[in-house]
This record gives sequence, structure tokens and C-alpha cells, in this order.
Amino acid sequence: MAYTEKVIDHYENPRNVGSMDKEDPSVGTGMVGAPACGDVMRLQIKVNEQGIIEDAKFKTYGCGSAIASSSLVTEWVKGKTLDEVKMIRNKDIAEELELPPVKIHCSVLAEDAIAAAIADYQSKHVAA
Amino acid sequence: MTLKIPIYLDYSATTPVDERVAKKMCDCLTAEGNFGNPASRSHVFGWKAEEAVEDARDQVAALVGADAKEIVWTSGATESNNLAIKGAAQFYKKKGRHIVTMTTEHKAVIDTCRALEREGFEVTYLDPEPNGLMDIDKFKAALRDDTVLASVMFVNNEIGVVQDIAQLGSICREKGIIFHVDAAQATGKVKIDLENLPVDLMSFCAHKTYGPKGIGALYVRRKPRIRVEAQTHGGGHERGMRSGTLATHQIVGMGEAFRLAGLEMASENERIRMLRDRLWAGLQDMEEVYLNGDFEQRVPHNLNVSFNYVEGESLIMALKDIAVSSGSACTSASLEPSYVLRALGRNDELAHSSIRFTFGRYTTAEEIDYVIALVKRAVGKLRELSPLWEMYKDGIDLSSVQWAHH
Repeated sequence: MAYTEKVIDHYENPRNVGSMDKEDPSVGTGMVGAPACGDVMRLQIKVNEQGIIEDAKFKTYGCGSAIASSSLVTEWVKGKTLDEVKMIRNKDIAEELELPPVKIHCSVLAEDAIAAAIADYQSKHVAA
Repeated sequence: MTLKIPIYLDYSATTPVDERVAKKMCDCLTAEGNFGNPASRSHVFGWKAEEAVEDARDQVAALVGADAKEIVWTSGATESNNLAIKGAAQFYKKKGRHIVTMTTEHKAVIDTCRALEREGFEVTYLDPEPNGLMDIDKFKAALRDDTVLASVMFVNNEIGVVQDIAQLGSICREKGIIFHVDAAQATGKVKIDLENLPVDLMSFCAHKTYGPKGIGALYVRRKPRIRVEAQTHGGGHERGMRSGTLATHQIVGMGEAFRLAGLEMASENERIRMLRDRLWAGLQDMEEVYLNGDFEQRVPHNLNVSFNYVEGESLIMALKDIAVSSGSACTSASLEPSYVLRALGRNDELAHSSIRFTFGRYTTAEEIDYVIALVKRAVGKLRELSPLWEMYKDGIDLSSVQWAHH
């Protein structure tokens, strides 16, 4: 299938690939998808004391659109508050990357990854 | 020597038409050439076309050890499979309504069987062993008193394994069960001698053997005589088994392609085997690389490899300089990986991580060396991106992880 230039750009030059210490209380980790489905995304966010995401990293096992969706999300979440980031919808990701209908699930997975990372971060701060 | 990019390594999808074949085909198209209708009995245009068609029938028959009278022209292996399976099942349905086949068959066989199920037939789909081969005892055990037909492919299109057709055929012969073989991927790759092979119906196509697309043949045994009910009705061509004006240029192309296959098969297969072994030697030393399908009982033209923790479609994207296919089906709405690899018992990760390399007449050693370097680079890059690879490296057992399924 033909990929859009934006997908190819993220795929060939993925932004913010890597890992952060998931035990670090300032880090939220979201891992979504399953190997059986051919997609696993792991998104990590580092949140500072002002509640702003100062860094984000990802690793993704999946097709080019899945890699591009997660790479794009790491760019979008940086510098934003958790509440702002919660507003990102899969539709926004799919539109930005011009994903075809069969690849919409990649953007859904990326939205889920954001939610999972936030939930993990917040679970570390419930008691505090 | 400069390489021509992209490199074609998808010969099991289709092959280019050999120049020598194309030349013969072109001679059967224009006003200056042999353009007549082979069914025209009243003039020389028809007689000449008929002669070309019959020469081609001899050439196809010669490659597979059959009599020319046993070859019926079709539009390709899909039609041949339909005609063989539906045609025989319908003709002999009074003898029984049970059919045996394999889960790793081509869709043209599986879907045809599904259609027969809707007509009231019962079909047993047998799984192969983990190496892709049919276990003879399991096959024997699946045959019943009301089994009318069994269908097993000669060479698997995804993993290239070669089934023991002679033995499976003898079992069917003993029990009086009609035996059909889809040999679309076999011609020019394995020796086929239908004079001695206990097979009743065999499907062929031209375009996997350097002939044109859109032409195929069905072998229908004469001794003992096998009957099939026609699926395409009309002018009664091909002794009533398949009506429709014969496409002289296509048929001539198939004949010439099969003639060349007969001449060059032995030396060509040896050369291709060396290329295949060269590629496997280059990839084998990588970590977490698995060969799909038996290595010995396999055509030399196929190497199907899973690169664990890398998803096949993204790997194909990284391998854009080469034309290969993947067992991962992320492009389809189902997200189901290759049903062939699943039938071997491969887990989902490995099924999603597979690449099929298939080689042919125009593959060179330089191309193989380029591919080895490219694949190593691409797999390395994608593993750096893969959370599964990181978990594997950290010693985490992926099967123990609770995945958030969609």
C-alpha cells in the first residue's frame, strides 16, 4: 500500500525513540496493543512539578502507520499539561498523518497509549 | 555491476514472461500473425491456430508426463482448482459427499471447498505438521467410506514445502478416492511425472513459470477415466469440460514457457538453490531468526523467514529496495496474520514477523548480497524501535504479559 509522505517521514526519522525509568515517580508509562494483533505501542511521559510534560519517549512494534502515530504523539504531548493532552483525539492523529481507513486503528492505539500513560502517572500520585 | 533497484524477490507471486515466450505470443496476435480462432474449421486461419494450440498442449503435457488429450485449457490455476474440485465433487456426489483437504491450501482450493459445503458437502481441513508437511497417517485417518475427493497442493505458495504427492495419491487410489493436486507453484521446480504419479486431477498455471497471466490448464486423467462436470457452459470447447474461445497467444505462451522449463529446470534449480542457501547463510547468524517450513522438503525458490519482534509490514517498508511479501496482514481489516503460518502452529508474533523471499530466473548473487546487508540493517533499526525486543533483551517472557487486546 502507498504511505503518505508524513508517515514515511516519521517512519524513517522517528522522533523521541527510547525508554525512561518506569519506576521514576515523574514518569508515566502506557503500553497498549498486543503482539497477536501486530501492534504494541509504549509511550512514556515525564511530568515536571508544574504538571507539564517535559519529555516523551516511545517504542512501537507495528506497521509504519503505528510507528508514525506514536512518533507524532511524542511531539504533540511535549510542553503540554495532562489536561491539554487528554484532548488529543485519534481523529486528529489520523488527519495529520492522512491515514487510510484500514490504518485508523493505529491512531486509536496512539490515543489509548496517551490515556494509559496519564493513568499510570496519576496512579503514582494518588496517595500524595 | 550496477544493481537494478527495486530487486524483484517475489517470484511466487508471479514471474516476468520470458523474452522467448513473449516473442512467440506476439506472433499470434496481429493480422500478419497466427490470429485465427482455433475453433474455425472452414479455413486455414482456424487450422493454423488449432495447430499452434495443439503443439502447446503437447508441450504442457510433456513437462508433466501426461498425454496431450488429458490437458484442458483454463484461465489459470484458480479456475482449474474450481473445475477440478467442484466438477469432480458434483459428478461423483452419488459416491459420497465428503472431501479432505489441508488448512494450508491456496484460497482457490479452500474457498471452493467452502462453496461445496454450502451445497451440502462435508469438508475436513487437515493441519500440517509444524514443518508444513502432511502427516501420512493423519491423512489416512481422515479418509472415510463416503470420501469422494481429496485435494492437496504440490508446493505451498507461502513456505515452499513439497508434499509427498506420490504417497498421498497411492492411499487415495487404494480407497478409490479421486485425488486432486494444485501444482500452480510446482511446474519447473519439481519433477512431475503423471504417468507414474497416482494423481487424477492436477491444476497448472503459466504465470509462475515465466508464461503469461490468464492462462492455465487442468490435467484430467484418462486411465482410469476421471469425469468432471463443466462449470462454464457454451460452445463445448475442450471436450465440453470448459467452453470459451481458446486464447491462442496465451496458450502458445504457456506451451513455450513449459517447454523452456523442461529444458532448463535442472540447471536453473541448481543455480537458484545456491542463491537461496547464500541468503539463508547470510541471515541465519542473526538473533531470533526462524525459518518457516521444512528446509529439506522444499523448493529451492523459497525462503520464508520470521524476524522475531519486528512486524512484517514495517519491515517491508524498510526493505523498499526489494520486492517481497509478508505473512503479516496489517493492511487487511481483519489484522489476522498468515493463515498458513498459523496452521504451522507459529505464534502470532512470529506469524506477523515473516517475510517471504522467492527467487527465480533473473536473480543474481550480487542482488542476494545486497539483500543480506539491507535486511540486517532494517531489522536492527526496527528492533531498536521495538518494545518487544527490549522486553526480550530484559529477559521478560512475552507470553506471561497481560496484553490489552483490542
